[in-house]
Amino acid sequence: MAFEPVLTQNVGKPGILTVAGYRDAGGYAALRKALGMTPAEVIEEVKKSGLRGRGGAGFPAGVKWGFVPADTDQPKYLVCNADESEPGTFKDRLLMEKDPHQLLEGCAICCWAVGANTTYIYIRGEYTEAADILEEAIRDAYREGILGDDVLGSGFKLDIQVHRGAGAYICGEETGLLESLEGRRGQPRVKPPFPAIVGAFGKPTVINNVETLCNVPHILTRGADWFRGIGTDERNTGPKLYCISGHVERPGTYEVPIGVTLDELIDLAGGMHKGRALKAFIPGGASAAILPASQSHLNMDFDSLAKAGSMLGSAAVVVMDETTCLVRATWRLAKFFSHESCGQCTPCREGTNWMQMTLKRIEDGHGSEADAELILRMSRNMSGTALCALADAAVGPVQSLVTNFREEVDEHIRRGGCPLPPVPFFENGASH
Amino acid sequence: MADAPLPSREELLVGVRERLAPLRDRYPTTEALTIPALHFAQALCGGWLPEAAIDAVAEELQLAPASVYGVVTFYDLFHLSPVGRHRLRVCTNLPCMLRGADEIMAAIRDELGVGEGEVTADGRCSYTHFECLGSCDTAPMMMLDQEYRENLTPDSVRRILKELD
Repeated sequence: MAFEPVLTQNVGKPGILTVAGYRDAGGYAALRKALGMTPAEVIEEVKKSGLRGRGGAGFPAGVKWGFVPADTDQPKYLVCNADESEPGTFKDRLLMEKDPHQLLEGCAICCWAVGANTTYIYIRGEYTEAADILEEAIRDAYREGILGDDVLGSGFKLDIQVHRGAGAYICGEETGLLESLEGRRGQPRVKPPFPAIVGAFGKPTVINNVETLCNVPHILTRGADWFRGIGTDERNTGPKLYCISGHVERPGTYEVPIGVTLDELIDLAGGMHKGRALKAFIPGGASAAILPASQSHLNMDFDSLAKAGSMLGSAAVVVMDETTCLVRATWRLAKFFSHESCGQCTPCREGTNWMQMTLKRIEDGHGSEADAELILRMSRNMSGTALCALADAAVGPVQSLVTNFREEVDEHIRRGGCPLPPVPFFENGASH
Repeated sequence: MADAPLPSREELLVGVRERLAPLRDRYPTTEALTIPALHFAQALCGGWLPEAAIDAVAEELQLAPASVYGVVTFYDLFHLSPVGRHRLRVCTNLPCMLRGADEIMAAIRDELGVGEGEVTADGRCSYTHFECLGSCDTAPMMMLDQEYRENLTPDSVRRILKELD
């Protein structure tokens, strides 16, 4: 596989955090090119590339841009979703810390395409280093005439503002994010209206993930056809960052064509931790159904994983070896969703807590024969019954525990306890 | 810190106002400054938000104190009770759990001799478990004040704690 990194090509280059260094690496040529095109032409090129959102939902980016009304006097906004909080996901942090101007260039091109003069980069509050690096890059971009009243001498006006969140997973949900940006609790809104029509501060708004926007300069420079040539098929195109974590030798962010298999990814990550056997994996972050080792040959793209009953999500791949108790692992995720539910919809607020309590009692040896069916019933009652996708996300791993690993659940109940107590990760407090 | 003197109402108002000044023309509404203002106020109060700080933010932004309080309780990075001079937030979500996060929590508990959420008697440290901090490639890890400390071991975390002022 002769694949040259695209999104991570600048990582580690000296001076890349400055406008000058980024320009030396060919940066801001795509923005100049875009400014010489009409906004409609830019949107068309992004549509043609097949770029799908890298935040989790996989919605075609160009189509999303096209929903924003072109002929309106209202201000419009781009909101870059940098609230990366899906457990297992750490790719956007890398993009922001190691190549901030690539993101700023993607934001600027998007703003030109949809006619927005302001971008808010909503970054999770814990990412202080990434926020500092972005703010410094933005100051530099103002000094160099890339941002401000006259972007690259074109007369186009653009401001970019970093907005720090304060620790809430739900603010990664588009409308929860908007509520938070506007200064309130991050409780998702009723849709429709969709943000493209009524978004930030009541105005038309595009919300794109960091990685999605980072793809845009490359699509402009190298063309939609080049982009479509990478990936599994015409619905799953382009380079992709996969975050692999858990029981592998070298957890990390790996850039490969979209559609890599888990087997290939584990090889890139140096193999399984201590050479142990693979038991299960989560292909797309905490919201995705857990798959058994037998599915490690699947193409991890949007459609192949959906067909297998899981999802690509944020491409956060969590690898679990044979020593892992999947009831305990799933309980930890259920506890996360229970903590992060914003509380406004009853099926989610109540359901996520009941799910984590049920899993805990099974793990602690107090489960009953009826619990597996109870989990499936809760899953049905939570699916599609809330304002946003958090309840469905919570169902993802929990339901899959019962459907894909029923035997392990039953064994907990039969034995009245966990057959796989935790194995210490550290030997004598030190080495791995 | 629990027993450090808190800033007066006047100091809070002035401090928050000064820091908000460069942000005011960046947003179309004043309410959008709520979270930035709370971050500033919390920094002025040693890492937590006493009622006076919430009132000051509300007054400065012309909002009802109750609605600002509602914002505070929604977010994990805001605190309503005193915290240690140093705050440890240890990621215990699945990717870190698979790589020994529980052993890191145990080492911290053992080293500090207080429970989760409590402040050591000298006011030096407090710690809590935290949801995924987006650093699963360097698991297990924690956020120490504003900084990520990665690839922890029980020994390294004990060392880090001993070296804190």
